[in-house]
Amino acid sequence: MTDLTKLTLAAALDGLEAKDFSSREITDAFIGAIEASNPAINAYVVETPDIARKMADASDARRAEGKAGKLEGAPLGIKDLYCTKGVRTTACSNILDEFTPTYESTVTQNLWDAGAVMLGKLNMDEFAMGSSNETSRFGAVANPWRRNDGANAKLTPGGSSGGSAAAVAADLCLGATASDTGGSIRQPAAFTGTVGIKPTYGRASRYGMVAFASSLDQAGPIAKTVEDSAILLEAMCSHDPKDSTSLPVETPDWRSEVDKPVKGMKIGIPKEYRIDGMPEEIEKLWEQGIAWLREQGAEIVDVSLPHTKYALPAYYIVAPAEASSNLARYDGMRYGARVMGDNLNATYEQSRASGFGPEVQRRLMIGTYVLSSGYYDAYYIRAQKVRTRILEDFQKVFETVDALLTPATPSAAFAYGENSDDPIAMYLNDVFTVTANLAGLPGIAVPAAVDGQGLPLGLQVIGKALDEAACFRVGGALERAAGFVAKPDKWW
Amino acid sequence: MSVTKDDVRKVARLSRIAVDDSRLETLAGELNGILGWIDQLNEVDIDGVEPMTSVVEASLPMREDNVTDGEKPDQVLANAPKTEDGFFVVPKAVE
Repeated sequence: MTDLTKLTLAAALDGLEAKDFSSREITDAFIGAIEASNPAINAYVVETPDIARKMADASDARRAEGKAGKLEGAPLGIKDLYCTKGVRTTACSNILDEFTPTYESTVTQNLWDAGAVMLGKLNMDEFAMGSSNETSRFGAVANPWRRNDGANAKLTPGGSSGGSAAAVAADLCLGATASDTGGSIRQPAAFTGTVGIKPTYGRASRYGMVAFASSLDQAGPIAKTVEDSAILLEAMCSHDPKDSTSLPVETPDWRSEVDKPVKGMKIGIPKEYRIDGMPEEIEKLWEQGIAWLREQGAEIVDVSLPHTKYALPAYYIVAPAEASSNLARYDGMRYGARVMGDNLNATYEQSRASGFGPEVQRRLMIGTYVLSSGYYDAYYIRAQKVRTRILEDFQKVFETVDALLTPATPSAAFAYGENSDDPIAMYLNDVFTVTANLAGLPGIAVPAAVDGQGLPLGLQVIGKALDEAACFRVGGALERAAGFVAKPDKWW
Repeated sequence: MSVTKDDVRKVARLSRIAVDDSRLETLAGELNGILGWIDQLNEVDIDGVEPMTSVVEASLPMREDNVTDGEKPDQVLANAPKTEDGFFVVPKAVE
């Protein structure tokens, strides 16, 4: 029998439909793989084999009754930022202690309603603040990929959705939920040779997702193929009255977009994404991507997004400001860890000092500073005005092009410790992805090549608001042209 | 604008994060590094630009003013560090 964990989601759904195997069989295969591999990879922070088997048996029963949903029987991993009823959810922060939600996030509920099976909760940077997964309370995740130099340095899978990306790359789930505030889906996808898409802001409900920066946070999947990511995103998205920013729009059929031709599409190449110090291999990959799309009949158009360089600094005002407000709720009173002090204020201060890690504390202080009296206009309001400029840049180019092609990240996966002593060097990981968050646009990262060190590199396609279809279509074209089939050598 | 140790102390207090005096200097350095980098935003011409309030054009939906949730104190208290008789138990707030 073939190794069921190696299947794509689409192939697994076909196999389940054809009754080649049951949900219980493929679920057991993943449970076994997680047991064997997780000590080395550390992708899962909670494993839920009992729940998974129960859900798989229920799925097999539903299928036997002819009531199969769109994800019927498919075992998935869930980022630890989604509240899952009765299963510990901490956003990998000590401050949430043993928090066990009494309710389910809308996105995960949508997946279970479609028949999916939960394998467990996936590692991430604390409160999704990080680009390397090393701020997690549960320790870093190992990227299944290693450099081919024989040194076996432990590489980061990226972040914040590092557990999701590593789990997909190491075949520890068919697909995973992730979330993206500044690049937290697309950067880890690029670092692990997987596909990740952040949809338009408002496509997916934020209800039951642990909040980081509410005007930027969006749910999305990490998957093995563009088609798999389309299947998952369709199931995740919905209009939800419980999230006032959830858009009252229908979720289209995205799966069918993946195979459509790009002939005649106009693809913009933003010149400002050619940044100083960009490795030659990234530049080459981008040129290759342009050539692939041109060969398939797309029209390539040089465009300008003049405010690109201001996106990251604007983000590092807006995101910490929103975080400082959102994370004020962690006071040790109603849930989470409480550390008693001499008085109430000291109890708050000590609970938060011991519960939040250094990067979260740093961002909360930045956020508090830029919102404080006397600095609000100079920092926060200015950043929100720059954000308007960034959106205007996109609106202008989307008058003439259908989608934009850029590199996904400025480098391949780096080794642990390589960026962690300099916060700004770490922040620069998101230089190509953060613009889509600030403007609310959909963006997909697709693996396109392996670099000289044997590590995957990704390309990004940014679409117009609500035009994920273009991302899937162009993403599918890149995937076919790239023929990316490389997998990490199993060392774990 | 340069962040001083006193500024860090003030921001830490506003953030309700206990910071040991020995860390103030380091934190001031880190915050200055980040804020110095952020200062490049001063190059952008923002004359006449509205600050963004929402990335998508959508108005806040209204709903009927009905009770739609509640009557579940056990669930509300389920994760509390300390409870008694259906209440949260918190440290004394009034001296």
